[in-house]
Order: sequence, then structure tokens, then C-alpha cells
Amino acid sequence: MSLAANGSAPAGRKQQMRGFVGFANLPNQWHRRSVRKGFNFTAMVVGESGLGKSTLVNTLFNHKLYPKKEVPAPHMERPKTVAIESISADIEENGVRLKLTVVDTPGFADFVNNDESWKPIVDNIESRFDAYLEQENRVNRAKLTDNRVHACLYFIQPSGHALRPIDIEFMRRLHQKVNLIPVIAKSDTMTDEEIHLFKQRILADIAHHNIQIFYAPSYDVEDDETLAENEEIVRKIPFAVVGSDQQVDTIDGRRVRGRAYPWGVIEVDNEEHCDFVKLRQMLIRSHMEELKEHTHNVLYEKYRSEKLVAMGVTQDHSVFKEVNPAAKMAEERALHDAKLAKMENEMKLVFQQKVAEKEAKLKQSEEELYARHREMREALDKQRLELEDKKRRLESGRPLTPEKGGYAQGSKKKGFSLRN
Amino acid sequence: MDAQQTTPLSQYVGFDSITRQIESKLLKRGFQFNVMVVGQTGLGKSTLVNTLFASHLIESKGRLEAHESPRSTTEIHPVSHLVVENGVKLRLNVIDTPGYGDQVNNENCWDPIIKYIKDQHSAYLRKELTAMRDRYITDTRIHCCLFFINPTGHGLRPIDVTVMKKLADVVNVVPVIAKSDSLTLDERDLFKERIRAEMQYHDIRIYPFDSDEYEEEERELNERIRSLIPFAVVGSERNVVVDGKQVRGRKNRYGVINVENENHCEFVYLRNFLTRTHLQDLIETTALRHYEAFRSRQLLALKESSSKQQAAQQAQQQQAQQA
Repeated sequence: MSLAANGSAPAGRKQQMRGFVGFANLPNQWHRRSVRKGFNFTAMVVGESGLGKSTLVNTLFNHKLYPKKEVPAPHMERPKTVAIESISADIEENGVRLKLTVVDTPGFADFVNNDESWKPIVDNIESRFDAYLEQENRVNRAKLTDNRVHACLYFIQPSGHALRPIDIEFMRRLHQKVNLIPVIAKSDTMTDEEIHLFKQRILADIAHHNIQIFYAPSYDVEDDETLAENEEIVRKIPFAVVGSDQQVDTIDGRRVRGRAYPWGVIEVDNEEHCDFVKLRQMLIRSHMEELKEHTHNVLYEKYRSEKLVAMGVTQDHSVFKEVNPAAKMAEERALHDAKLAKMENEMKLVFQQKVAEKEAKLKQSEEELYARHREMREALDKQRLELEDKKRRLESGRPLTPEKGGYAQGSKKKGFSLRN
Repeated sequence: MDAQQTTPLSQYVGFDSITRQIESKLLKRGFQFNVMVVGQTGLGKSTLVNTLFASHLIESKGRLEAHESPRSTTEIHPVSHLVVENGVKLRLNVIDTPGYGDQVNNENCWDPIIKYIKDQHSAYLRKELTAMRDRYITDTRIHCCLFFINPTGHGLRPIDVTVMKKLADVVNVVPVIAKSDSLTLDERDLFKERIRAEMQYHDIRIYPFDSDEYEEEERELNERIRSLIPFAVVGSERNVVVDGKQVRGRKNRYGVINVENENHCEFVYLRNFLTRTHLQDLIETTALRHYEAFRSRQLLALKESSSKQQAAQQAQQQQAQQA
């Protein structure tokens, strides 16, 4: 028994098997486990009002997820911002359970001013990523619920010309965060030729702006049939779809899902009439798991790394080196010692600085004191001199004050002064 | 001429030939009709106009190359053609408005359109008021505005309501559901009802208007037209083969649409309405209603501003006298 060649296996030796072991049964075990757990899938639909988003979702899953749209009467208030509404349903087919969630974005591109209409949508997708990130970082990770958006169906108006500015802007903002699947809505209004030219122009626009849409990837290991199918699917991208959740009668009497016009009946499930079958195949039958994987491995990882780097968590590359515990301890001790020495030095410096400050202050006050002392001494000396002067005068019987002496005599002796 | 006694004639005079005299004069002069198309890109405006007048009048101005940048404002593109049918000359002006409603932020995208319409009225007024005016003033006023509605099936979008209101004040508006081959008959009827309800709620007065002058059959005709509005149309410049005949239509993957088949779309009604029954009325209503309203507003404003100027001058003089 030879092993199937797996290109990504680590460099081990391919052994030849000598008997049947039984791990070929692994896929079956996986299958049973998955069926037991059930699957979940979250899709988002974005587009102008009236492009048939709800109808297409109902048609895709053959389940009336969205009831008939209630158009508000003229006098009722219209919402002023893009809303995010999500509907869930548990559907089952052949024993396989699918929890389907569809996120609708009513109001997108419906206003006069649609600047930033993508913001609520981008915020919603990122908040779902954040919720998953938070779950991953919890202590108890037993229950991980995956609410991330796995696919975003973007509805393009069937104008026949090219993408509109709002289409391009939206796709540019979201193609790195979600698997973008553009679809041409209400394509029953276009002829074959118009559809062909329109698709070409859309793809040219997408390439021109470097927008990454989801292309059904194919792997070399798969069989030819699958590869051929994949190629057919990729050729039809973007899908020109028509949706209908009602049954009509065709001219030759069959009862099919479709739309009845006076000039003919368009059948939704007929590949000649529209690309609905291919869309369903890619979205559900062949690439649903692909979409989930791509969301987890590529889009979510990108978001996660960007977010962690932005939070300041740096990648610690030393984690990957081989660690010797003794050497590590010595290293740590050395570090510790160095730290202590540094602290000591710092403290010394601070101490010296403080001492110098205090000295300077004391010197200053000393000088002030001296100055005062001198001043007072001088004042005292002056006073003493004055006092001695007065004493001498008193002793020699002279008048204390010369002018007073003159008047005390009664008359002013002219030319004859008793003053010395 | 009310209930006046008609005086009997004793002999044939021959003044009944005045109608033929007028006709021959008018035939020599030719007629002028200006129509404007307003709507989002990709709704088939150019195709419909070309289908209506059965000739290639305007080019589609959609963005077709990836490196072309989309238009950043609404541009006004008038194109003039002369068409002749059975000796009747019609000078046709088609005014296209590419870029309307195409940007992410469409605030005031209708301003260039309203301005253009008012400019035409104002140009006519100026020519009328000059002392030496031309014998026949060339009429560039917009006689009809075809407003294209997206076939969503839900109702009018906020931008449609705003613009239709503004347009209905200055021009005859004829709303049209574009690319109506995306609606089944039931969806179409429901859609029309909703649109009519919204137009009534927002008080948007669309052509045709009622007037006391109209006679019984004219009023009936108008009623019928009003019950059809908005017209659900499909346009096509190419021919397809239906029952061995070449007709204008579209060939899909699942059927062939005949543009001239009344069961398929209402193109025939629109064409008859515009060209066969109401062409003259559209021109007249523009002159009698919209132009008159514009004219009276302008002249009143002129009088007011001149009287204000006079009052200001008088006040100045008085002040000068007092000082």
C-alpha cells in the first residue's frame, strides 16, 4: 500500500506499508465528528435596496429566511444610517445540520450622501474578529463559537457600464477583511452580449484597483473532474444571477423556480439562463469549507497580527532560542547586580547634590549675618561717638546745642561768639 | 368665446382658410422642442431617447474603461438635431445630465440641472425685455424633463424624491421606470402604485396638469395618462426578428422583448403621449406656467430691489439735507 503523496508533509521518509493498518479511515472519523458537531456558516449580503438580496438568499438555501419585504409607507420615518441585521436559521439536509447566519445591511448606498456607509459594515466585521480573538485568549477555551463573516456577497447594479464609485470604494475597504464575492443582480434585464461585456469591465475595474475577490482555488491533487468544474466556476466570476423563491409554469408545462414575463419565463436553476447554479455550487457545494478556512487562516490572522502589533505587543524573538537554565540564572543575577549598582550610584549622586545645596544655603545665611553684624557695629560706633561728643560738651560747660546757647543769653553778641 | 350669438353669414367668405395660412407659416418656421433626461448612470436614458425619436441622437456617456475616472459632478450636455417628417421640421434639443446621482456623496448634484433650466428661462426673459428684440426668439427653455426611476420594485429613493420636487417647480416632469423588463407585471403594478402614493404624499406635481380650459375628451385623455404614469419602458436601438418581422427589441437568453408591443412595455404609450398628443401642450405649458412663474418672480424681485434702492437713495438725501 503506498501513501498518497502530500506535498506539505515534513521531510520524513516515505515508508512502504507491509499490511493494512486502518488509518485510511481517518476521513470517515472526521466526517462523523463534523456531522455530529454540525456546521455553521455566516454570510453577509451588501448592496443597494431593491437589488434582490433577500430573494437571492432565500433561493440559495431553498429556505424562506427572509419574509416578504415590508416597504415603508411614504409618511413613515426612514432610517438615517446603515443598519446591521442578522438572521439565523438551523437547516438540515440528509442528516447534516447547518446553522446559517445571514447578515443584512439595509441602508447601504440608499442615502443622498453615502460617505462612510461602509464604516458600520467594517466595524461589524472587525468586532466579530475581536470577539473571536477574545475567546481565543480566554482561560477556558472549551466553547469557541465562530461568528466571523465567511463570505460577503456584493450586489452590483446591472447598469451595463462598469463599477460605480461607491462599489469600488466599498470593495477597496473590505477585500482584506472578508471573502468578497461580487454578483451581478437582476441579470435577467441584460442580454448575453451585455452580460459578457459588463463582466469584462467589472474584472478590469477590479484589477485596476487591486481588489482581491474570492476565486475558487483549485489544487493539483484533486481529480480532473473537480478541476474542470472549478475552472468553469472561475470563468463565470462575477456571477450574473437571478433570484426567485416562487414557482412558475414554463411554456412547456414544467413547474420551476423562476420569473414569468409576458415574453418568456426565466428559470433560476437553468444554467443557460443565469449563473445562479454556479454561485450556489461555489458558495455551498464545493467551497464553503474553503471560505471558512481562508477567513480563519488568512484574513483573521492578518487582522490579529495587525491588532496585536498596534497594541504594542512586540514579537519577542528570543523566545525561539534554546534556553540553558543555569546560564539564564547567572544572566539574571548579573542583571540584578548591575541594577543595584546603578541604583547605588544614583543615590550617591543625589546625596552629594543635596549636601552641596545645603552648604550653599548655609554660606549665604552666614554672609548675611556678617553683613548685619557689621551694620549694627557701625551704627553702635556712630552712636558712641555722638554720645562722647555730647559728654565732652557737657563737661566743658558748653551748651549742648550752639543756637540754643545764643538765645539763652538773651541777646545775640555780634561779632563775638562764645562758641569755640 | 362664451355663449355668444353667432351672426349668420349670407355668403361664403373664406376666412376659414386662416388655419391653413397659420399652418403654412408654422411649417416654414419649423418647431422647437427641448427635452432633458435625468437619471442615474446605466438606466438606459440615451437608448430611450434614441428609441423615441427613432434615430441616433445621443451617445451613452457611461464609463467604459477602468482607467477612466468617474465624473465628479453633474455635467450638462445639450445636443441639437433637426428632424423632418412629412415636411414638418422639428428642431430637437436633447440635454443629457451625466454624472447625476453617481457619486458616493450626491448632495446638491441637482444644482447644476436646476441652474441650467433657470438659465434658459432667464435668457428668454432677457431677450424679451430688450428694446430691440428679435422677431422670433429662439426658445431654449426645457419643455419636458424625463426623470428615470430605478426599477427596484420598492419605491422612490430619497434622492429621487428630493430632485423630483425641485424639478417639478421649474419644468414639466414626466417620470419613467427605466429598464422595466426587470419587473414582472405584478411587481410593476405594485411599484407604480407605491410611486404614485409617494408622489402624492410629497406633493410632487407632475405633468399633465389640469386646467379649466380643457374639454371633456382632453380631460379624459389626461386622466388616462395620469393612470399610466410612471411609464414602464424598455428602449432599444437594435432590431430583432419577431414573427418574421423586424422590430426594435431585445433578445434575452429566455425570450424576446418587443419594444413596440403594448403587452411587453409601455413605450408606445410614452411615445404617443410625448409626440403625438401632448407635444404642443408641453411647449405651451412651459411658456404659460413655468416661464410665467419665473418671469413674475424675477420682475417682482427687480421691482423690490429697485424700490429698495430708491428708498435707500431717498434716505441718504434726507440725511444729507439734515446734516
